[in-house]
Amino acid sequence: MKNISLTTKKRAAGLISATLIAGLLLTGCSSSQPSKPAETAGSGDKIKVGILHSLSGTMAISEVSVKDAEMMAIEEINASGGVLGKKIEPIVEDGASNWPNFAEKAKKLLQQDKVATVFGGWTSASRKAMLPVFEENNGLLWYPVQYEGMEASPNIFYSGAAPNQQIVPAVEWLFKNKGKKFFLLGSDYVFPRTANKIIKAQLKALGGETVAEEYTPLGHTDYSTIVNKIKASKPDVVFNTLNGDSNVAFFKQLKDAGITSKDLTTLSVSVAEEEVRGIGADNMKGQLVSWNYYQTTDTPENKEFVKKYKAKYGADRVTDDPIEAAYDQVYLWAAAVKKAGTTDVDKVKEAAKGIEFKAPEGLVKIEGENQHLWKPVRIGEVTADGLIKEIWSTDKTVKPDPFLKSYDWAKGLSN
Amino acid sequence: MQTYILQIFNGISVSSILVLAALGLAITFGLMKVINMAHGEFIMIGAYVTYLMQNLFVAYLDKSLFGLYFILAIPAAFMVSGLIGFVLEGTVIRHLYNRPLDSILATWGVSLVLQQLARTIFGAPNVDVKSPGWLDGGLVISQGLQLPYKRLFIIALVIACIIGMFVLLYKSKTGRRIRAVMQNREMAESMGINTRRVDAYTFAVGSGLAGIAGCALTLLGSIGSTLGTNYIVDTFMVVVLGGVGTLLGTAAGGLLIGTANTTLEFFTNTSLGKVLVFILIIAFLQWRPKGLFNISSRAIDE
Amino acid sequence: MPNLKAMKAKEKLVFSIIVLVLVLAPLFLTDFRVNLLGKFIAYAILAMGLDLIWGFTGILSLGHGVFFGLGAYSMAMYLKLEAAHGRLPDFMSWSGLEALPWFWKPFTNSAFALLMAILVPTVLAFFVGFLTFKNRIRGVYFSILSQALSIIFVVLFVGQQAYTGGTNGLTNYKTILGFSLSNSSTKLTLYYISIGLLILTYALCNFLVKRRIGRILVAIRDGENRVRFSGYNPTTYKIFVYCLSAALAGLAGAIYVPQVGIISPAEMGIVPSIEMIIWVAIGGRGTLIGAVIGAIFVNGLKSGISESFPDVWSYFIGFTFIVVVLFMPNGVVGLVKKIVGNLVSRRLKSLS
Repeated sequence: MKNISLTTKKRAAGLISATLIAGLLLTGCSSSQPSKPAETAGSGDKIKVGILHSLSGTMAISEVSVKDAEMMAIEEINASGGVLGKKIEPIVEDGASNWPNFAEKAKKLLQQDKVATVFGGWTSASRKAMLPVFEENNGLLWYPVQYEGMEASPNIFYSGAAPNQQIVPAVEWLFKNKGKKFFLLGSDYVFPRTANKIIKAQLKALGGETVAEEYTPLGHTDYSTIVNKIKASKPDVVFNTLNGDSNVAFFKQLKDAGITSKDLTTLSVSVAEEEVRGIGADNMKGQLVSWNYYQTTDTPENKEFVKKYKAKYGADRVTDDPIEAAYDQVYLWAAAVKKAGTTDVDKVKEAAKGIEFKAPEGLVKIEGENQHLWKPVRIGEVTADGLIKEIWSTDKTVKPDPFLKSYDWAKGLSN
Repeated sequence: MQTYILQIFNGISVSSILVLAALGLAITFGLMKVINMAHGEFIMIGAYVTYLMQNLFVAYLDKSLFGLYFILAIPAAFMVSGLIGFVLEGTVIRHLYNRPLDSILATWGVSLVLQQLARTIFGAPNVDVKSPGWLDGGLVISQGLQLPYKRLFIIALVIACIIGMFVLLYKSKTGRRIRAVMQNREMAESMGINTRRVDAYTFAVGSGLAGIAGCALTLLGSIGSTLGTNYIVDTFMVVVLGGVGTLLGTAAGGLLIGTANTTLEFFTNTSLGKVLVFILIIAFLQWRPKGLFNISSRAIDE
Repeated sequence: MPNLKAMKAKEKLVFSIIVLVLVLAPLFLTDFRVNLLGKFIAYAILAMGLDLIWGFTGILSLGHGVFFGLGAYSMAMYLKLEAAHGRLPDFMSWSGLEALPWFWKPFTNSAFALLMAILVPTVLAFFVGFLTFKNRIRGVYFSILSQALSIIFVVLFVGQQAYTGGTNGLTNYKTILGFSLSNSSTKLTLYYISIGLLILTYALCNFLVKRRIGRILVAIRDGENRVRFSGYNPTTYKIFVYCLSAALAGLAGAIYVPQVGIISPAEMGIVPSIEMIIWVAIGGRGTLIGAVIGAIFVNGLKSGISESFPDVWSYFIGFTFIVVVLFMPNGVVGLVKKIVGNLVSRRLKSLS
């Protein structure tokens, strides 16, 4: 047993060599593609698009369903004839919750697969990593998630909320209805940090108080000390920008410490129906969220959308804001391509300005100035069945203002 | 005042989790000088077993019995992890005695395979395990001070495991054999002890303990394939700090690291707390490289 | 024995063939693939350093990602400042900084950045090595400590978003030394510089390994106490080789970052650090050519397989690693040597 017999060694060696050679051949196969003449995205009878989300890792809890929504939209569009008479062919890649990986896969989709556009990203970290790749290669990225603003890349269309469509109205509402003292809790990356910068400036202008600002690494799971700190500082509101699996741990442990929504208001901007499903409805009952859309949103388009989504993916699945935004953005892109008559990025961008779409959340419009969407704002409360009911909303859609130019107190924030 | 009491409790709670996770590792490392980098994955296996047990109860048994699933999950996790550990020992680990550095690498390969297996079977996104109802809520000490039952349960579980291990190691024949092999393998062999068998079931027990830790972790957060990698380095720190091969060392190491972590986190922030703890450990090891308590022999280790 | 010289000459031959293939690669591969190869070459430089410390000296460093990362970050700081054209880099403004931190200022100079890329990891390695080796911390304990070091740096870098870019790392570079990074000819030049550095590193490592210091390192691996009893101070040699491997890792990071375009704390963590060891293990530890082959080959496979079959990759690399460590401790190179050796000895037998 200490000395492995020579035959075993030889056999093992043979096995390894065979596998390695097989692997080499596989690599050879995939790298032989470039020797073919470079295909443009629109050649043949298919148009290739990229889908780039985290299908594994700490963000998978949120992103897998976003990918599903995009696939559903593509299927529907293909069923009604495709775009420019051609079927859309999705190429799905896994960002794996690793930001440099997002950049690498984006490069691959643009340079190797030559896709017409990419639908992808969730965390601002993934978007920031992909941004230089899209700008360098003049690609087109559609980003479906709410974020911190302060950005308007010429190569990205933002179908999620800008801060003035989610964070700023939420802080205003909380200040009016819940209290002045805010505890800011977030995951440690660009979105929570920038969001908190905005919130602190807004609170100062309103006359509120930031009692604490705490960050935990992405994937962190022990919130005992944080919960204790929250208890000690006695805030009126906890503004929660945690992301991924951390939310599951936080809300579970918050409840275990005996704190319910009656004792403390929390408002989260990265928790939607999908995350509530993972956290457990009884751990989040009564807590608040701020988005532009909920599964319970009352429009005829939404009733259709929810029905189709559940029929395709299962009755126990839920729809939420990023899922809906992802669905919308595929249709918006298709409409822009139709108007432009081509998949050429610059022409599509031009054609996209002002395009409207009857989305499940309401009528959305692409704002040509900054490539964001006009969206309604809705504050919601988590109910015992895991869904979210709207408790406040703007009556009209709000113009996107990613650099918060329309707010005096935000003057120093963007440069 | 309440805050400080709660924080001390938090320190003990975090320590208990670390000790539970590290207990199995201390035994395998202490006995066989084999570093099992797949130890985190045994924790993960225990957690997934708990998840499966929950699903079984939901699918086949009455709602009122749901709370029981957790009680059954603990021994189930122990047995499944232990069994897989036993198999692993027989196939991979036994080729690695006297090759501690290679054991790190080979067991890392095992951990990659186990993680991917978990992703293939259960899917990539994390799964959530609903805690049993009788563990909800907490012990209310005073107005505003509530000690969660879940954390109290984990502390009790750890104490039970330590006592169990103590009884096994110091009060049973098997334990005597294990300790003999730990102290001097050749001598033990000469005395007629079947070291192969001792190695096999010791590794199984160590892995089983990791499984129990995984079961406990389902109470606190979500379960996924990366659960192991979150805990592996911390558990090694506990074992290295506490000294290899002693129960007391592991408990002491875990307690020190846990309380240091929560205290530093309270006064600074989460990231800085973690960094400082690690720096302190490295500094401590300069002073006492073999850890707090250890069984040292006179032989020069070659 | 008479084959030893032939073996060494053969290794050099294999290396030359590899270099030739790399030099000619741009003729038959796309830009995207050549760019990937550039990344692999940076990894190969790192792997050689790692082979020196692990394959030759027997010290298993599981946290080498830190040195690689520090080198990459140094170069990235320069690239970031270049892209900002005298203003504040973007991530600093989002994080609320008003002015450039003092330790960023000198990085506007590319020579300084390159120097720091090599110096900072070396100094850190010296510090860590001095403390640990002097206290006779080795073997498994050292490996675990190196992992702790890796975690410390990852957490530190993630937590200081204003100074390091946080979990995003540093990305979005535009030019290097005035040349646009999106330009094909810049990319090609960087590629050929990588090859040049690869050749230099191989020459340096080979030179060291042939001399007495090389034998002492191997002696330390096989019996440190005996080396000590023979009158040498193993601590000095261990610190030296640890620093050298850190310097090479830093250099690798510096040439990696302009080609890949992003560096983040994820590259410094324990998972990539162990991956680096995997390359050397599969290629063949203790032979420099094994490190080069392992780095390029395994990463090539990873790109190829994980593109087409992402799930399979984890199983594949996991199993291969286990089998290699258990049954083929000398990796692919060792296997080839054995086969060639068998063939030759059979030939000799048939002659006699």
